[in-house]
Amino acid sequence: MRYESQRVAMPYFIFALILFAGQIVFGLVLGLQYVVGDFLFPEIPFNVARMVHTNLLIVWLLFGFMGATYYLVPEEAQTELYSPLLAWILFWVFAVAGTLTILGYLFVDYATLADVTMNKLLPTMGREFLEQPTITKIGIAIVAVGFLFNILMTALKGRKTVVNIVLITGLVGLAALWLFSFYNPSNLTLDKYFWWFVVHLWVEGVWELIMGAILAYVLIKITGVDREVIEKWLYVIIAMALISGIIGTGHHFFWIGPPEYWLWLGSVFSAIEPLPFFMMVLFAFNMINRRRRNHPNKAAMLWAMGTAVMAFLGAGVWGFLHTLAPVNYYTHGSQITAAHGHMAFYGAYVMIVLTIISYAMPIMRGRPYGNSNTAQVLEMWGFWLMTISMVFITLFLTGAGILQVWLQRIPESGQALSFMATQDHISLFYWMRFVAGCFFLSGLAVYFGSFFIKGQASPSEEVRGPATEDA
Amino acid sequence: MAERFTKSMARNIYLGGSAFFVLLFLALTFDTQSRAMPERDNRDQITEQVVRGKHVWEENNCIGCHTLMGEGAYFAPELANVFDRRGAGDSAVFKSFMNAWMNAMPTNVPGRRQMPQFNLTDQEIEDLAEFLEWTSKIDDNNWPPNIEG
Ligand code: HEM
Ligand code: HEM
Ligand SMILES: [Fe+2]
Repeated sequence: MRYESQRVAMPYFIFALILFAGQIVFGLVLGLQYVVGDFLFPEIPFNVARMVHTNLLIVWLLFGFMGATYYLVPEEAQTELYSPLLAWILFWVFAVAGTLTILGYLFVDYATLADVTMNKLLPTMGREFLEQPTITKIGIAIVAVGFLFNILMTALKGRKTVVNIVLITGLVGLAALWLFSFYNPSNLTLDKYFWWFVVHLWVEGVWELIMGAILAYVLIKITGVDREVIEKWLYVIIAMALISGIIGTGHHFFWIGPPEYWLWLGSVFSAIEPLPFFMMVLFAFNMINRRRRNHPNKAAMLWAMGTAVMAFLGAGVWGFLHTLAPVNYYTHGSQITAAHGHMAFYGAYVMIVLTIISYAMPIMRGRPYGNSNTAQVLEMWGFWLMTISMVFITLFLTGAGILQVWLQRIPESGQALSFMATQDHISLFYWMRFVAGCFFLSGLAVYFGSFFIKGQASPSEEVRGPATEDA
Repeated sequence: MAERFTKSMARNIYLGGSAFFVLLFLALTFDTQSRAMPERDNRDQITEQVVRGKHVWEENNCIGCHTLMGEGAYFAPELANVFDRRGAGDSAVFKSFMNAWMNAMPTNVPGRRQMPQFNLTDQEIEDLAEFLEWTSKIDDNNWPPNIEG
């Protein structure tokens, strides 16, 4: 760590991980409610637990992205952060607002929450992922503006690297698209159309820029490969992401009102969307093969390879599985969607945040070459337990989804099973998903445990790697 | 990647490609919203009641359990076609179904998935019914495949 102010990333990472734990606990509550329908009812109905689960996910990923930005932008720009104080203030504002919102979900009836936060004045609540009271949404926008100001002032006074430019472009896009969360017309078809400007254009648009930039940064650091090569890859990846992903939004316009040409546009362009994710796999493995050093932080390298592979599987393969209109006609809004949502979010965004944490946390804790070997072994156990559990969660949900389509969607009206009857038929898969979820939680516990092991890696563990000519 | 393919070429593809597709997307959005949608979403039939019904839908977070046109949560049945499923396409039948249903919740059947009691007024339930009826009539390329949603 070259600049003292990079250290403000630490509270962001720690708070992100605490929220991650909360997200998983509520995931298990949901998983159990799927099979024991009245579990915790009426204290915590399913919709409440689900809001907590998904909103915690989004908020902790945002904390992770901000932490990553505070850590890497000053180092790339070769200057101190413009205002560490502002970063601290915004940390507390966001943490308190986020916590209050989650507590509001849990302890106040949603209609009452809408009432006391004066949703009537500017109705934005009650839409999937955008359940936050309007006042919280405004708070998020304000935090984003302050954050971007701080980052831009830092980047502008220092060295301008491609990693910084791409990361900041992604963050500006993230903040700009957030404004669509305030647009909630009374015409449902319009509401839905622009809802996707936040949801799809985040995860299959600007967030890919953020992911690509963080991955590129970590690869530069742990492989020592020439930045020119890495930056070229980064540009190609994000070019493919936007070229495919923007019109690819059309894969959500099939059945919510827009005209038929979206069936073609959405299918064709979103079918190309796996490409940038595949290139990230090639990118990560290529750079690691060509590495000019063997960084002693092996765990960070594992996360970097893992995120590329899992993002490709979750977003690329599982996304492609149901993205063509004739397939999506049957799978739309089924457990297949849930299967894909889980592996894609985990592989791409959870794992990229855990990658930068794995790289940066030891350094901020005064262990420049990484954690001790024991801690790294434990961390890698956490990696494998969580990742394999997520693979099983995805497989079980896919099984449930295929059966659901088979029983409920494919037969004619009259022959098809009802939704609720279908759910009873596939409950075995939900039980297995719940078990896999418990393994996920145990993996998370192991991962957390690795933070409490003392000691650090030493530079002598670094052996020179295979230097290549054309780097 | 080959040496001939330089970083600045990659950057130009990124800048040119994304600018082009952003503009194309905006043009398509304009066409969709200004030309196509008015004919497909029956916007002339969005009454005061439909608007209020949408607010009731939102302020009780129905989307947290149900899908609506296939979007939302997958815990409870699709509701964009519930008007056809439970009202047989008849407004009066559907309204009385909705009234009975909302007031009968929760079922309290042990182990069964439970829908909360939202304590809605008769007026709110009627608004909701109007909203769901309007929703069922949007031209959505014939989704869902059958009545079960
Ligand atoms: C990391 C990137 C991605 C993430 C985090 C992600 C996440 C999600 C989530 C959470 C949903 C459900 C949205 C809802 O609740 O309605 C969804 C839907 C969908 N995703 Fe992705 N996705 C990603 C990439 C992709 C890619 C690359 C493709 C295509 C190749 C794809 C295809 C789809 C499709 C077709 C749906 C709609 C499913 C339906 O009709 O119900 N996704 N995605
Ligand atoms: C113990 C592990 C987990 C369990 C048991 C679990 C369970 C669930 C359940 C039951 C739902 C609601 C599905 C519905 O609407 O009917 C859900 C939604 C969701 N969860 Fe999880 N979850 C877990 C972990 C995760 C993780 C690690 C992530 C992120 C990487 C995640 C991301 C999501 C997302 C994005 C949704 C919304 C999906 C959509 O709209 O398609 N979950 N989860
Ligand atoms: Fe999408």
